[in-house]
This record gives sequence, C-alpha cells and structure tokens, in this order.
Amino acid sequence: MKTKVAIIGAGISGASIARVLSRYENLEVHLIEKAPDVGWGVSKANTALIHGGYDDDPKKYPMRAKLCIKGNRLWHEWVKELQIPHIWNGALIVATKEEDFDELERLIERGRENGIPEMRIVDRDELFHLEPGLTKEAIGALWVPIVGQIGPIPAVIAIVENAVANGVKTHLETEVRGIKVENGEVKGVETNNGFIEADIVINAAGLYADEVARMAGIDYFEIHPRKGEYFLFDDAIPGPKRVLFPTPTPISKGIVVTTEISGHLMIGPNAQDLPPEEKEDLATTRGGLEQVWEGAKKLWPNLPPKWKVIRTFAGLRPEPTGGDFIIKAEEEVWGFINVAGIRSPGLTSAPAIAYEVAEIIQCDLGVGLVEKTKWNPYRKEITHFFMLSPAQINELVKKNPAYGKVICRCNHVSEGDVLEAIERMKFIGVKMPSVDSVKFRTKATTGTCQGSFCRPRIIQLLAKEYNIPPWKVTLKGSGSEIGIGDVKVLVRGDEA
Amino acid sequence: MSGLHIIQYDVVVIGGGPAGMAAAVKAKELGLNVLLLDDNEYLGGILPQCIHPGFGIHYFKEELTGPEFAYRLTKRALELGVDYYTAARVLEIKNYSDIEKVVIFSSPKGAFEVWTKTIIYAAGARERHAFEIGIVGDRGAGIYTAGEAQTLMDIYGIMPGREIVIVGSGDVGLIMARRFALEGANVKAVIELMPYPGGLARNIMILKDFDIPLYLSHKVVEVKGKNRVERVKVIKVDENLNEIPGTEFWIECDTVVISAGLIPSVKLLTNIGAEIDPATGGPIVNDLFETTIPGIFAAGNTVLINDLVDYVAEQGELAAYGAKLFIENGGIPTKHWIKLRKGENVRLLIPHYLSGERDVFIYARVKRPMENVEVRFPEIGKRLRLPIVKPAEMLRLKLRKEDIAKAKDEITMEVVPL
Ligand SMILES: Cc1cc2nc3c(=O)[nH]c(=O)nc-3n(C[C@H](O)[C@H](O)[C@H](O)COP(=O)(O)OP(=O)(O)OC[C@H]3O[C@@H](n4cnc5c(N)ncnc54)[C@H](O)[C@@H]3O)c2cc1C
Repeated sequence: MKTKVAIIGAGISGASIARVLSRYENLEVHLIEKAPDVGWGVSKANTALIHGGYDDDPKKYPMRAKLCIKGNRLWHEWVKELQIPHIWNGALIVATKEEDFDELERLIERGRENGIPEMRIVDRDELFHLEPGLTKEAIGALWVPIVGQIGPIPAVIAIVENAVANGVKTHLETEVRGIKVENGEVKGVETNNGFIEADIVINAAGLYADEVARMAGIDYFEIHPRKGEYFLFDDAIPGPKRVLFPTPTPISKGIVVTTEISGHLMIGPNAQDLPPEEKEDLATTRGGLEQVWEGAKKLWPNLPPKWKVIRTFAGLRPEPTGGDFIIKAEEEVWGFINVAGIRSPGLTSAPAIAYEVAEIIQCDLGVGLVEKTKWNPYRKEITHFFMLSPAQINELVKKNPAYGKVICRCNHVSEGDVLEAIERMKFIGVKMPSVDSVKFRTKATTGTCQGSFCRPRIIQLLAKEYNIPPWKVTLKGSGSEIGIGDVKVLVRGDEA
Repeated sequence: MSGLHIIQYDVVVIGGGPAGMAAAVKAKELGLNVLLLDDNEYLGGILPQCIHPGFGIHYFKEELTGPEFAYRLTKRALELGVDYYTAARVLEIKNYSDIEKVVIFSSPKGAFEVWTKTIIYAAGARERHAFEIGIVGDRGAGIYTAGEAQTLMDIYGIMPGREIVIVGSGDVGLIMARRFALEGANVKAVIELMPYPGGLARNIMILKDFDIPLYLSHKVVEVKGKNRVERVKVIKVDENLNEIPGTEFWIECDTVVISAGLIPSVKLLTNIGAEIDPATGGPIVNDLFETTIPGIFAAGNTVLINDLVDYVAEQGELAAYGAKLFIENGGIPTKHWIKLRKGENVRLLIPHYLSGERDVFIYARVKRPMENVEVRFPEIGKRLRLPIVKPAEMLRLKLRKEDIAKAKDEITMEVVPL
C-alpha cells in the first residue's frame, strides 16, 4: 500500500519536497498549486541568491542556520543534475567604516559555527582589484566564495519537471480550501477541483501557510508579507562580478548590488512590512524604489541613468511569528506537516528543507521509506537558441525549421524554444496558456524592449497551439487576457 | 566544417523596412548584388501595421497608407529580383577588413554566413516602455507600447481594451488615439509631459476631431490593477518637469498605451565598435550614411528618429549609393571631412561629417519651439528664414557643395530668433 502525500504549494519548497519524495517507491505524491503554473508565489520575485549561510544565529534561528548552508551545498549538485541556470560568483560584504570589521569578524565566527570554513577578510587593495566599480569609501570586505545565483523560477520549473518525470502528479489551478481531519488524522484536502485523498499533507503554501494551517486547526503562527523592490537594468550596463552586500545592520542584510545570471545589473531589495491581509500586493512604489536607489548608490556610486532601467518589480517575503522556519509534523493533527514561514534564505534552503521533510516522514510519522530502484536524477534544460552555435542551429533546423526563426529580438529566443516551452508546460500540467509561462521558460520578453516585439508573436503561437482566439491568451492567468475580442468587437457592440 | 551555409554578396541590407527596402532597390538598380534580411515574416518593417494615410507624399508624390507604401517598394524589389529572406534574424556582424565583412543570420532555412563587401544597417528602432519612463505600481495586462497595440490591432486583429489612456502626444500616440477611437474605444486622455504637444500639426487635429482631452505638462506615474489595468495616476509638472505635489488625480481605464519615443536599434553596430551619437542614439555618419566603420552604412530610424517615411527611404537610397561608391573605389573617396556642429537651439543633426563632394540634406531637430527664426551656418555665411520651428518637426535643409566648400574644418548650424 502506498502512502499518499499531498503537498500544498508548488514554490521552491513544495517543488523540492516533491522531488525528494519522488525517490520513494511507497509514496504517491501529489503537488497542488492554485496558480496556473509553478513557481509564481514568493519564489517568483526575489534576489535569487544562494546564500552563504554565515549570518543566521543558530541560537535564535536554528532551522535557518542549519538548512541554509546545507541547502547551499545541495544546490551545487542540484544545478548540475537539473541543468538549472546558475553562477557561483561569490559575495563580498563590504565595510565602509572601521566598526564594520567587528561585524564582519562576528560573521566569520558565526560562519564557522554554521559549518562554513571558506571565508576571509580582504583588504582595500584586494577589494578594488576584485571590484573596481565599488564605492571609494570601501575599506575592506568579507569574501564568501560559496555564494551563488540561480534562476529561481527556472529552478522550480526544472525541479517540477524532474519530479513529474519520476511519477509526481501535479494539480495546477487547484486551490486547497479545506483540510479534512478525522480523529486527529489528516484524510485529504478539499479543493476547487474536488477532494484529494491523502495520508500526509505538507503545507508549503508560502505566504498563505498560516491560512492553510488554520484549515487544519493549527493557529499558533501568523505570516505577514514584507515587501522588497528591485531595479533591473539593461544588459549593456556594467555591473559587479560578485554579489555585493553592505555590512549588515541588526535589522537588515541591506541592499544588494549584483549582476544577475542573465547579465543584467540588479539592485534591491528594500524591506517594507505590510499587514497580513496584503499578501497579493506586488505593486512597486516610488518610495520603496527610492530607498533601493539610495541604498545601492552607497555601494555602487556609478548607477546608470534611470532610463536605462528595463524593469522594476517587487516580491513579498513570508515573515512568520518568531522569525524561524517552521518545519515540523504537528502533533495535534497526525500526518500534517508544516513547511511555513519560509522567508529568506528559503530559496537557498529549499533542497535541505526537502530532506528535512523526508526525515520527518520517516522519524516522526514512522513511514519507512523505500527507495526506487530506478529514479532519474537528471533533467535536461530547454533548448535556448541564444546558447547555440550556428552549426547547432542548422542541426536543429533540419528537424524543425522553427528553431531557426528568432522571435525575441533582445534575447534571441527562437520559435522552436517557445514550442518546446509549450510542450513542457503541458508535461507538468499547465492548463492555461500564458505569456509569462513562456517567458519564464525561454526568457522571451525579458530583454531591453520588454516584449513589445515578441509578445504579439508569442500570443499567436499560444493561440494556435491551444486552439483559442488570440485575445483569450493571458499575460499571467485568468483575468489578464491580452484583449477583449477581435478588433471590431466594440464597433459591432456585441462584446462579451 | 562549420556546418554553415556560406554565401557571397556585394551588399547585405539588414532590415526590410522602408529604409532597408529603398536601399536594396537602389543598390540593385545600381548593379550591385544585394541580399535583404528581415526578421519579420513579411517585408515592410512597421509599415504594414500603419494603416492610416500620410506616407509617400515626397517619395512617391502621392499620399499612401503604410501597407501601400510597403507594397510599392516590395513590388519593385521583387521585379528587380532582389534576394531576400524573411523570418531571418542577424545574429552577428564581423568586420574582417574594409572590404571583407561577415553577416551571420538565422532563418527557418538554417544559419547562414554571408561574406560581403558592404553592409547597410537599417534595423529601425524600438519603443520606450513603461519601466523606462519610471511608471511604478502593478504589472498586469493592458500596458502596451503604441507599436505593440498597433501590431495587435492591425496585424493580428485583436482589440486590446475599452478605456484607453495614451502616454505621449507624439505622432505615434496621436495616431493610436485615433485608431482606438475609430474602433469604438473610449480614449479618455492623452497625457504629455512637455508643455507643448509632440506630434505634427496635422495629427494634433485628431484630438479635436475625436474630442479627446490632452493634458500638457502632466505625467503618468503609477498603474493600479493586479491582473488588468484598472486606473492610472496622473500628476502635473512645472516648467522644469518637476512634479507639483497635490496635483495628483486618477483616471479609470483598462489600457495604458505608452508612446514615449523611439530609440534607434544599434546593438549590432555597437558590438563591432561603431561610434554612437548620444543626441540621436544612432551611429555617427557621413554624408553617404557611412558609419565610423568603413563600408558599414546605416539608414532610417537606426540613424535618427524620423517623422516621415519619405526621409527614411531617401536615406536608404543614399546609403546604397554610398555602398556602390565604396565598392568601386575600395572606400569612400574624400580629401577632407568637414564636421557639422550643433549650435544654438539645435538638439541633434545628421550627417555628422560632410565631404564637400556632393550636395547634402541636413536633418536636424531643435530643442525648443520658436517663431520667426533664422537658421544660420556662420562659417559659410548661409542663412535661411523659417516662420516656426518645433522639436516635433524635423528640419530638412539642403546644403550645396559649393557652400560646403567655403568651410575649413567645421560648419555650425544654429537656430536663432530674428
Ligand atoms: C524580496 C525577497 C528576496 C529574497 N531573496 C532571497 C535570496 O536571495 N535567497 C534566498 O535563499 N531566499 C530569498 N528569498 C526567500 C525565498 O524567495 C523564499 O523563501 C522562497 O521562495 C519560498 O518558497 P516557498 O515554496 O516556500 O513559497 P512560494 O514560492 O510562495 O510557494 C507557495 C505556493 O503555494 C501556493 N498556495 C498558497 N496557498 C495555496 C492553497 N490554498 N492551495 C494551493 N496552493 C496554494 C502559492 O500559490 C505558491 O505558489 C527572498 C524573498 C523575497 C520576497
């Protein structure tokens, strides 16, 4: 008999858990997500850093301190197995005042405690050799070579693709609205698409983990959103080679200056606490962006003019009561596991969180896990035209001419890439075609022009592939339709 | 073996809009072996989506729509047997020597390496988008650049929305205001940052014709609406373009159309080191539209943003003529380049260098509107009176080679009140 597992939330946490649990013969894993695609919650908009694990105090935040460094080490394997875009470029935590060195020493100390021996202080000369663009006020820095960056949504997509290939069932556009508990044991989840039976329910619902926990009668914590905003600049703007942090203060890690994996200078985030009910407020604000600008300028004085900004965006951190990750089997409700309050460094910790959950299932719930004889750890990245040589293009064109046809001018994405993205969307159960789903898989629309050339082409491809009128194609799911009808709809006066 | 298809031409024209097509046609007429490349599925660049009239008065001596203008050029190109690929994207240009250049492009037929003596780069421009003009807030559906909205409506037959706010009163914004109004949408406002409208006088009439409010000295600063635009926040600015606190108001709408200007597409040129003029955003060119890289010419909106397609086509022809001269002489023969300099109230001008071997058209824009002015070229003693100049309307003035010959190293152009 298989143990049925329902994971609520296909963010980086839920996806990683699904992948790890897909290893076991005796589990039947269901991954449930209310959004039309995976990775669209907290995991969508963040700094994308694989942190060094040196800054969380193990006495105050034991889970964070333990899982961050473990996650960092695991990511070094996962990015290879799953072909996730990444760069291991290291971080510099920059001192601008003598006192800052005290804090940096404390970080080295804590890093050792957490299991990170590979850190050292660099002096001013070495620092400017490493990053000539830094503020002249810089007097030294802490060098953390194990820090890296990944594509967070591509990571979720890769992990889910691999999990599905290993037998995980996905339920997208499926919102959990209730949890059935009988005699103190979970029995399954009620959703807008019917009841899904489960012996184990894992709550990885990100910002909504408190609400989902309450559905099971567990209410000892609350999650409130903490907004962070960012600027992304055109790819022709030179940025630093490494991730630059200011020396942290007791309240914040500070505003990061970095070149993200696609080569764009990125600055952010600030931190603004929102009331618990504003979990959908992803609007950028002028005040917040101003803070980011000022903060970044302190490290990187040579910021480009504002018209070189190609995008601003915001993310919401799920801040839990108490501040530490809440990862445990709840005793009052047998079979209910919380993976809640996964705020920063949740992206870094995700693979470690997943192993933690597997252990909880074994040890706390007493389910002996039987490894599959055949489990496939590998997943192949989608074809990216921009990474192909002309000779490789010709090989692919022989199979399908669409691979020769570039539709995104800025990032060189071919029609073949998009068709492949659509196939992969179908493979993991994406029902509603959206431009964003294509964007996160191919990078189309994320370049200098932000999609004004290629978006109409993508709309055509999606409309054709899903056999719907083009105006019904959405930007990012229901309610974000591209148009209201054919071009004569208003003149005719028969709009829906 | 690189596995590439290798082909050879005298001139490769990159971009099949009016500049590129006029260049290809002219080059073919001049007896050159031409390859024309465009990444759209059709030739014509943005013309096929510009279904309004106003094209061709100078070039074809007849007022045409965009598709008609494109059709005439396409027909001519086909009659002449110009080789072309559509759905073909140039990935890279290499400049091996003055007469050996390589263009690598990809198409549904595969990736090609073209060896060529000259290149005419006519890749057009892109539009500034909401992020570049500092609009904050939500990022739902319903935010389009004017060109994207136009593509959706007039190429693909999609109606983007019902209640429209247009950001920017340049020609493109005004034409889109009319386009939306004609299709039954409610155009609630055109918002213009500057104290004067940005478009040609004939297009400003559109606002009156359709009773569309124009807010001068205003800007859109924020969009609300998570999945779909619900409203935009507008604020008034003073003469220094600083926002005036307390003047904010919201306009309910479901669509925001950004028409905030165009930026020349020059990436492939800058990749090989062509010099760019910060004022135009395009390459520095001489009087045959040759860039600072010998044998690489440019034309149309890649060089500077034009108001009239006729000028664009004219520039394409000149570049083709340049390519011909270049191939015949192994370079553009000139004794001495004279620099054209910006003086009082001149925001930008091209060409940057004059040979003095031929008459030239100077294309220029002023910084500020002015009435009763004199355009002066002090070094050569040339003066020209104009009743009015506006930043929105490009000046096109002829300098004769005899006049240019009077200058030593420089000629300044200034626009001064009488
Ligand atoms: C501004 C910012 C910067 C950050 N920077 C970093 C960083 O640099 N490095 C790092 O390691 N971490 C960083 N983080 C933290 C990291 O992004 C998060 O810890 C991580 O993404 C959380 O993932 P998750 O899977 O737990 O949550 P989510 O990604 O939110 O996934 C939860 C999913 O559950 C779904 N869901 C919710 N309720 C239901 C329901 N009832 N039914 C079905 N589905 C439901 C949601 O739609 C969502 O997709 C940052 C976060 C922010 C906001």
